Amino acid sequence: MTIAIASGKGGTGKTTLSVNLAKLVSATYPEAETVLTDLDVEEPNSGLFLNSEVVDEQRVTRKIPEWIEEKCTYCNICRDVCQFNAIAVLPNQVLVFPELCHSCNACVGLCPENALRMTDHHIGRLKHMTSEKLNFVEGELKIGEQQAVPMIAQTMDYSREKFPESALHVYDAPPGTSCPVIESVKDADYVILVSEPTPFGLHDLKLSVKTMRKIGKRFGVVINRDGIGNNDTVEYCREEGVDIIGRIPNMTEIARKYSRGELISSIPEVREQLFHILENISQITGQSVLPGQKEEE
Amino acid sequence: MKELVIISGKGGTGKTSITASFAWLAAKESVVADCDVDAADMHLLLAPDFANAETFYSGLTAEIDMDKCIRCNKCVKVCAFDAIKRVNGDFVVDELDCEGCGYCERICPTQAVNMLDALSGHTYISTSRLGNTMVHAELAIAAENSGKLVTQVKNLAKNQAQEQQKNYLIVDGSPGIGCPVTASVTGADYVVVVTEPSLSGLHDLKRAWDLISHFTLPAGVIINKADLNPEITEQIKTFAEEKSMRLLAELPYNENFVRAMTQAQTIMEYDRELKTKINGAWNQLQEHLEKAT
Repeated sequence: MTIAIASGKGGTGKTTLSVNLAKLVSATYPEAETVLTDLDVEEPNSGLFLNSEVVDEQRVTRKIPEWIEEKCTYCNICRDVCQFNAIAVLPNQVLVFPELCHSCNACVGLCPENALRMTDHHIGRLKHMTSEKLNFVEGELKIGEQQAVPMIAQTMDYSREKFPESALHVYDAPPGTSCPVIESVKDADYVILVSEPTPFGLHDLKLSVKTMRKIGKRFGVVINRDGIGNNDTVEYCREEGVDIIGRIPNMTEIARKYSRGELISSIPEVREQLFHILENISQITGQSVLPGQKEEE
Repeated sequence: MKELVIISGKGGTGKTSITASFAWLAAKESVVADCDVDAADMHLLLAPDFANAETFYSGLTAEIDMDKCIRCNKCVKVCAFDAIKRVNGDFVVDELDCEGCGYCERICPTQAVNMLDALSGHTYISTSRLGNTMVHAELAIAAENSGKLVTQVKNLAKNQAQEQQKNYLIVDGSPGIGCPVTASVTGADYVVVVTEPSLSGLHDLKRAWDLISHFTLPAGVIINKADLNPEITEQIKTFAEEKSMRLLAELPYNENFVRAMTQAQTIMEYDRELKTKINGAWNQLQEHLEKAT
């Protein structure tokens, strides 16, 4: 089972929910394999809440073209086929702009002289860590790199190759509604949209709902900081037939613990809601979120 | 005309509420741009009239004409994004995966692939309820945010500010460190980072700084919810001082941020204490921007 946790608006508690849910499951069901993957590669913050040990670390690259001077006839085909303006042909030189390149391979494949070849371009790094029973994979995009999607895709691939199908995967997705989010929820069986019951939160939730419907994902809403703002979010969900699968109360204690990078699943009201969320997902999807036996400590 | 861009790295720090407050303070002498096109919320506070709507296309999407297709499979083989799928013997392009590179179009022996303009969203040149011009956009559902729509919003706003001979262009920037935020800060005279004293806030401030220094832009910091964790607030201040980022304001944790939002008002119209502090930040910004001329 793969659960992706996303939100249109940033700062609504997406990371908080991801970390606490994954950590709680891994502690309560030590038999089952639980993997948290931080796909918010522009701002990976899940790790700030976990004491973890690094098991594996990898440089992440994507392919970009490299010019082979001796073979080039300056025919301009590479420049003309590039839709992303990533290639410039000067009188005695061909320039490649890595940050504009989408790694489509058209210039390499269509060069009549084989004067371009694909080479590795460093875009970030990923780490596999363990925090007690929890496996944690984090992708981090290098500053100056503009495309998050290749970094997200490779982080996700790593996680899926390393851990079996039977594991519970929790994805901390990036905020927003465009390509990085869509990439992150692609493999998910269920998407949790975290929202705040405020006008900004609701506006962005509506965009997320439309996006999930367009790409055909099963999803539900968790209201965070329940009690602030107004009742419009609840009414919207009712009118649209969107499931509200949990509500995290607005508590100063949560905000303070969060600011220090502490987990909040020890707070009884939160703990109860986290289990409630998992039960709801099991019920809605008809699949058990939690393989293995429950072992209370 | 001076361009001021407000960013945050981390979401939920109050960036848009603070940007709208600056827009309120400089209503007569500014044009406002909402470049957070992924989650454009400033219109909820400034009530623009959604005038001058324009459809914006960015990039291309492939489409396969099955009448011309001879099922040679070449397009499938060259597509680096696995965007061409076989459905019941037909070749179908998944528009979410297609990056619009056009490799398939060029390799197709029967010209069965057409490259079509991809809808990116809509832009608006509106008048806000404050009376100033506000440029904003709606990203199409599940569209790509390549930064091109952000650049388009900024360029439209810049033209407006110049035509109307305004002193300031006030920009609500995008989150993160990728293409949308890069497009937001390009060309700025000053960048304000709105942060909060949490480990995540500090972490993202550092990444925002790396991005800003990549572009060598002068920058200042506003610490929102400063009393939530005094220790980290101190760490933020130390960091800002080391990097020569001016501390523009420290705002207390205050639920009037949310209350003002539910009333569709800016903080300036709602809370006297916050108003004084944001006013102070604005005065410092003005001073700095004028000196920079």
